[in-house]
Amino acid sequence: MTDEKISRRTLLAAAAGALGARAVERTGLTQAPQDPTKVPGATVSQLGQRSPFNHPRRVPVGGDQGVSLTPLQDLCGIITPSDLHFERHHAGVPAINPHDYKLLIHGMVERPTVFNLEALTRFPSVSRLHFLECSGNGSSSYRASQPNLSPQLVDGLTSTSEWTGVPLAALLREVGVKPGATWFLAEGEDAALMARSIPIAKAWDDGLVAYGQNGEALRPEQGFPARLLLPGWEGNANVKWIRRIEISDRPFMTREETSKYTDPLSNGTARQFSFVMDAKSTITFPAYPAVLPATGWWEIRGLAWSGRGRISRVDVSTDAGRRWGTAELQQPVLPKCHTRFRYLWNWDGKETTLLSRAVDETGYVQPTLDQLREARGRGTSYHFNHIRPWRVRRDGSVVFGLEG
Amino acid sequence: MTARGRWVCWALAFLWSACGNPEPREAGSGAQPPFGFGRPATPDEIAVWDIDVRPDGAGLPPGNGTPREGAAIYARKCARCHGPTGTEGPFDQLVGREPRQGFPFGRDPRLVKTVGNYWPFATTLYDYVHRAMPLDAPGSLTPDEVYGVVAFLLWRNQIISDTAVMNRQTLPRVVMPARDRFVPDDRLTQAQVR
Repeated sequence: MTDEKISRRTLLAAAAGALGARAVERTGLTQAPQDPTKVPGATVSQLGQRSPFNHPRRVPVGGDQGVSLTPLQDLCGIITPSDLHFERHHAGVPAINPHDYKLLIHGMVERPTVFNLEALTRFPSVSRLHFLECSGNGSSSYRASQPNLSPQLVDGLTSTSEWTGVPLAALLREVGVKPGATWFLAEGEDAALMARSIPIAKAWDDGLVAYGQNGEALRPEQGFPARLLLPGWEGNANVKWIRRIEISDRPFMTREETSKYTDPLSNGTARQFSFVMDAKSTITFPAYPAVLPATGWWEIRGLAWSGRGRISRVDVSTDAGRRWGTAELQQPVLPKCHTRFRYLWNWDGKETTLLSRAVDETGYVQPTLDQLREARGRGTSYHFNHIRPWRVRRDGSVVFGLEG
Repeated sequence: MTARGRWVCWALAFLWSACGNPEPREAGSGAQPPFGFGRPATPDEIAVWDIDVRPDGAGLPPGNGTPREGAAIYARKCARCHGPTGTEGPFDQLVGREPRQGFPFGRDPRLVKTVGNYWPFATTLYDYVHRAMPLDAPGSLTPDEVYGVVAFLLWRNQIISDTAVMNRQTLPRVVMPARDRFVPDDRLTQAQVR
């Protein structure tokens, strides 16, 4: 079985490599002609490729239990290209044949039911734009900051996609939930059998079983062929490759909701089931490793998002927090979704620090690092949504502004 | 018919179509006919996948293991990643009761979380080891082997004695040192940072 898995994986990797090589051959555009108007261009193709001059890349850290971070500083708008969506796996990316795929819903239900992929996609569907963020995102800026951190290395564990799927509520009505049910277990088909307990209220509210991402099937790294999507909630609870939902009247206390993904607090307790991602923002330009080549007008650009709802305002300071202005928010501003903000700034060439501060529709204001440490302690884990400063030096270089 | 009369008729017609329409409505909007898209799950296929273990012991299989039995399995299948005594790594440290006083993890980032000082439920150990360990052969341990490894780790953490037998009756009764340290999420009751 193990050999079979490995050989299938190797095969997939080899196939992907061959496809890539063929595409380069076909476009033949590794070098641009001196005058592109004087020679016919490349032919049409089955699968589009990025310009050979454009190389956005995730940063992978660790292997099959690792993460890969989205290059936030290289992207525009709010959608993350699917092949640049961040990754976090606990036992690698499983290869699942969609024809063999099953979702089992059982436990406190009237009709324990198995849905294959065809059945899931036959239900009335919805498409929604939502961010997905690992709850450990930003940990590098909470304790061990360095100047040479890029937006990707600080906050690259967040991405936004248009997700398509079937509302969990529709599936629960189909199987008939028994009275008294309050939680469900979501379990994945990876080698970690990733399992999380979820309050059933989230299913009735806005949870999905998603099978589509940005106009096509989910990527394997995001849970192909189907995943749980819990808008605004920490990434880990959005169980990928979902194969089983067990309805219950209590949580199951899996390792991922006890030993991990709990937040120790300075008062000698640990917060459990801390699902919602608090409001956060970060400047993606200018930020390390960008260098401003000249003084004058620059557009400060960034992303803001909140698991509690819509972003209502983003404040920007260009003088280390003495004065704050209001950034322009790019429409559409959607609940539980990345929101692009912009702020025009006339740089006079002096050293300064740029800050952004998100406010969401519940009135929650993104805290400073000191406020967050005061509320939770220096040793807390997960949910690091403090303000990120970016220091602009006289030579135009920009570095991350938190240290130690 | 007056303009107002026409408007009332329109509104009534709309209401009728909205309430009396027998077609399936948009998912998520309330009532929904059974679509019948799935098929009934058989008890056998549920049993094969239903592996979770709850703190009350629900889901624990028959079988048993002792720290001595578990030590041999641990040495063969776990020590490579977690160290000969569960403290050496290179991966997660499993053994350690310090600090004995309080639960100062939020204050002190240097503290290492272990089974002995941080895990609130002993049943989680069974669930996780059976589910996902060892990393290169997840799901390969028999129930006796899992009970043994769990017993070994609880004994190394000075939570059970070296002769204790772990099984579906005894494991849920083990009280972990961190059992009462966990609190529900209280952030959403107000907009202030918590």
